[in-house]
Amino acid sequence: MLYSSIGYYALILGLGISLILVYFSIKNFQNSSTLNTKILSFTFLQFFLVVISFVSLVISFVLSDFSNETVFNNSHTTKPLFYKIAGTWGNHEGSLLLWLLVLTLFILIFFLKTKNQPLKYKLLTLIFQQIIIIGFFLFLIQTSNPFNFIFPTPEEGMGLNPILQDPALAIHPPILYLGYVGSSIIFSSALAATYLNLVSKVWASHIKKWIIASWVFLTLGILLGSIWAYYELGWGGFWFWDPVENVSLMPWLALTTLLHCIIVLEKKQVLTSWVIILSISTFTLSMCGTFLVRSGILNSVHTFANDPERGLFILVFLFSLIFISLFIFFFFHKSSPNNSNSFFWLSKETSIIINNWFMMYFLSVVLIGTIYPIFLEVLSSQKISVGPPFYHKLIIPFLIPFLMAMAIGPKLKWIKSNIVDKFYLVLFFAISIVLSFLIVKKFSTNLLINTILVSSALYLFFITLRDFFIRKYSNISQNIAHFGFSLLILSILLNNLFSSEIITNLKVGETFTSSKTKIVFKNINQKQEKNYKSIIANFSIENINETIEDLSPELRIYNQPNIVTSEADIKTTLLSDKFIVINIVQNQDYFNVRYQVKPFMLWIWISVILISFGGLLSFFKREHEK
Amino acid sequence: MYGRKVKLRFLFVVIIFITLVLTVFLVLKSLEENVVYFQSPSEINSSIELNKSKIRVGGMVKKNSISINSNEINFIITDFKNEINVTFTGAVPNLFEEEKGVVAEGFLKDRNVLSASKILAKHDENYMPPEVKAALEDK
Repeated sequence: MLYSSIGYYALILGLGISLILVYFSIKNFQNSSTLNTKILSFTFLQFFLVVISFVSLVISFVLSDFSNETVFNNSHTTKPLFYKIAGTWGNHEGSLLLWLLVLTLFILIFFLKTKNQPLKYKLLTLIFQQIIIIGFFLFLIQTSNPFNFIFPTPEEGMGLNPILQDPALAIHPPILYLGYVGSSIIFSSALAATYLNLVSKVWASHIKKWIIASWVFLTLGILLGSIWAYYELGWGGFWFWDPVENVSLMPWLALTTLLHCIIVLEKKQVLTSWVIILSISTFTLSMCGTFLVRSGILNSVHTFANDPERGLFILVFLFSLIFISLFIFFFFHKSSPNNSNSFFWLSKETSIIINNWFMMYFLSVVLIGTIYPIFLEVLSSQKISVGPPFYHKLIIPFLIPFLMAMAIGPKLKWIKSNIVDKFYLVLFFAISIVLSFLIVKKFSTNLLINTILVSSALYLFFITLRDFFIRKYSNISQNIAHFGFSLLILSILLNNLFSSEIITNLKVGETFTSSKTKIVFKNINQKQEKNYKSIIANFSIENINETIEDLSPELRIYNQPNIVTSEADIKTTLLSDKFIVINIVQNQDYFNVRYQVKPFMLWIWISVILISFGGLLSFFKREHEK
Repeated sequence: MYGRKVKLRFLFVVIIFITLVLTVFLVLKSLEENVVYFQSPSEINSSIELNKSKIRVGGMVKKNSISINSNEINFIITDFKNEINVTFTGAVPNLFEEEKGVVAEGFLKDRNVLSASKILAKHDENYMPPEVKAALEDK
């Protein structure tokens, strides 16, 4: 009771401070040339209040205070402490409070860390950021208050959806939000810079840090979600082109594009309008994602409650933001007069523009695939779904030139360039083709397309690998990221080509035999845990080469809510994952068994970590130079 | 006649335009081929021509209709007006139960039999695929 009240009033006060801040900032913006010190104190106070609010929600969860509606709906006394805490953001209200927390934290960091920028720019960024913050405050208090009371206080809570009770998913939202919300700073700052006509090299190198930081977090956040889906959902894949995954991929694509073209702006003072448009769309796409997921239009594990009012609020909010930003862009943006027209076709900027084109193409494919079904349903009430074949068909062929450009692009110089090292470029190309032909020939049916795909990925792999050993191209962070990307595509391709799967229904004691594999269902054990009953099935898998592997997948029957989840058992080695998952079918003796051999799974995760590590490195490198 | 800058800019615009047209064309064509339509048992029953492409069928799993052997799982999807038999080979999701909502994806053998290759997972006991909800509300 007590903590709910504290949390609620802290929120109200926080909203009040937003208004005060906007007032002071506007006054300060008009009048003086020195920063009003109150603004910094109020920004800090606002952050502090949101922290209080957030902490009181965490405490309510830890204490299982079921007089709080959010706690009642999403917690249970038998839940382990870790998931009581993680449950705070495992629901709609709490996750929005977390979003708000990160928003206020970031504007504070922005204020403390931004030194060599004009005062007016800082103030204006603060005002735009406060507009977003006010929107989220209102949204929380109006439609999704995390501190609603229930009377009389229930004895026991409803419990957290068991598939969310997982370490990867406990940290997935905070990391992802750091990325999403980081893009709000980019948005506000781009608008402020446009308004003040400050979009310049100096601004670019200042905002680049924010772009890199958000990008690293977004990448890691998506990775965590993907790893979780791999072992928890039991489908044995890591990406399903599910709309909810797509809405996180879209801001990532936009942000990656921005990351590349901000470098051009930093070096050459061109592409200013493009950078601003990208900054606006990255944040808009993040918001769109929130809208689609929270409004209940997309149904998934992320849809906690379908409330049309919430959807409407976000939609109105989203459109006002888009309207404001377009207004500022069209009326205040002046393209810089010293726009150099010395574009030579073979140069680094051309290669980055090529990168941008591909990225925009991928983005439009994902965007259309995600929203087309929604539009069609509204317009013609026909219900459709767009599956993986759509995305594969439209994206995979274009990966070939994309990868090639990625290999050669970074070797080019600014303004005008010649291709150096021609010998190696050709040599590696030949090696890649031969090698991939040999790999693909052994297994695959689609020889031509797969060979070309694998060889372009191998090509990038070899080129970036070689660059680690020669000092000429010293941009190590870029090289690591591109190397990681080649590894990622390579692992995904090989994973797709060489995966094998057996699905069968077995009773305890039965054996499944195929030409290559023998699956023996030995026995089952039962165990009672704190908040679930566990059935552990013991399998031994005999491969053709006489190796025997013991795998024990698990079924968990949770007490509250009463849900069965499958916990896959995965044996990970450097070369391949062996993945087994079971399920029971109601009232039947048979267990549904799915056994998969997935080569190079581990490398998919490692390569994404490498990619973000490249970003991280460049973040810190910039810091040292200053 | 025109400066180099103008020519370049013109070239740029043309390339962007061509790329756009190509993109739209590709995407639309691919959409046409890869879209999966959703139908309820009643819609299948009343359709004049049998849908030959891949479809999704949604409804409730009929009580006492699940039967299973080592190769396949058979069950009946009902929307309380019409029913359709489903033969399914593959992995079932956690919340596949009788008298719960389900979506099966596959090809129609005839008006009464769907040969499914995928059953869609639900994540939440209260969750019902929007298609199923709509189909059930229509009854």
